[in-house]
This record gives sequence, structure tokens and C-alpha cells, in this order.
Amino acid sequence: MKTNDLILQTVTKIIIFLILAFSLHLFFAGHYTPGGGFIGGLMTAAALVLLLLAFDAKTVNKIFPIDFIQVAAIGLLIAVLTGIGSFFFDVPFLTQTFGYFDLPILGKTGLATAVLFDIGVYLVVIGVTMTIIQTIGEDE
Amino acid sequence: MISILLNIGLLLLSVSTLGFVYRVVKGPTTPDRVIALDAIGINLIGMTAITSVILRTEAFLEVILLLGILAFIGTVAFSKFLEKGVIIENERKS
Repeated sequence: MKTNDLILQTVTKIIIFLILAFSLHLFFAGHYTPGGGFIGGLMTAAALVLLLLAFDAKTVNKIFPIDFIQVAAIGLLIAVLTGIGSFFFDVPFLTQTFGYFDLPILGKTGLATAVLFDIGVYLVVIGVTMTIIQTIGEDE
Repeated sequence: MISILLNIGLLLLSVSTLGFVYRVVKGPTTPDRVIALDAIGINLIGMTAITSVILRTEAFLEVILLLGILAFIGTVAFSKFLEKGVIIENERKS
């Protein structure tokens, strides 16, 4: 039987942007409201899984030519470097700080170095989840 | 008054979830069970919304969207498994 995935592929092309936007919202909202690096990374991985479901592994590899093991490694490196960065200011390991800055569009914004640590968590979660799914999903 | 109405809504959603659980257990074919599980997910969204109104908090609003996305992806994955036998193809035929 010849199958046709036109509806699924068209819906995926629209919904994937909504899921990615929601994952970014969860990631940046994590400081004061529920969310954070872990659930944001899981939602981004869910968007990529939906792309894998609607299309095939080769197409997704062509769209995102990324080795996801390297993504996990870079995330771990960022998380460790933010911890080491606290040594330069003569404070204990993983000490976090924050400050208020005047940004061009956003105005007065509180920026915390915990976001940098969260980026590390985000990348590790994406890398590990996609590595597991791609390794299991290979049928050859 | 409003809390009585919210509790009635929760009760109705629970009863309808019980009906879907019956369909999951009894359903003669696999697609019946998949549809019932999808509908249970949607019912969970409604129960989360009513619960967050009862508790007067906005902390669960992300959960609603999250459950919707997860129910959709799970149902699509199961449907693809039923139709093609593989969930992630290496190279598309069509």
C-alpha cells in the first residue's frame, strides 16, 4: 500500500515553530516561574523528534548537520566553565551572581550568570535525548 | 458557588476518564486503545486547568501546553508504528 504523509508533514512544518518557541519561553522563564534548562531541552528534543517522525533520519540530518554527542559535550564544558569562572573573582566554586543592566530594547533587565549554567544543562539534555533516540531509531 | 461548579466539572471529567479507561482495557483493536489514551491525555489537560483554578495559581499553565504537545507526539508515533511498522525511517520511500 502506498502511503502519503502530506497532512502530517504540513502540520509538522507549522507546529514545530510553536514547540521551539514554547521551549525557548520555558528556558528563559525558568528563573522566576516554572521551567528551566531541563524541560526546555526536553521540549526542543521533542520538536526534533516530531521532525524525525514526519520525515526521515536522512532529511533531518541534512537540515541539522549536528553531531548530538558533541552538543552534550559542549553543554558540559559550558557548565563547568561557569563554575571555574567564579575562581577569577576569589569566591567558591559555582558561585553565581546577577546584576541589573540597561539593554537597548528591553530596558532595565536583571541578568544572572545562572542562565549560562542553564544553557549548559539545556545543551546536555538535547544532546543526550537526541543521541538516545537516533541510536535506537536506526534500523540498520 | 463557583467552587461547587468546579468540583462538578472535575467529577464529570473523572467519570469520562473512567469511560476511556474502560475502552483502553476492553478495546478490541489497538487503534481503539490509542484513541482512548489520546482522549485521556486531553481530559488530563482539562483537569489540570480546573485544578489550577481551584488552587488559584498560574503555576500549572505550562503543564497544559506541555501535555497537549506530548499527547500529540505520542499519538503520532503510535499511529506511525501501526501503519508502517517503524517509527523513525532511515530513508522515506514515497
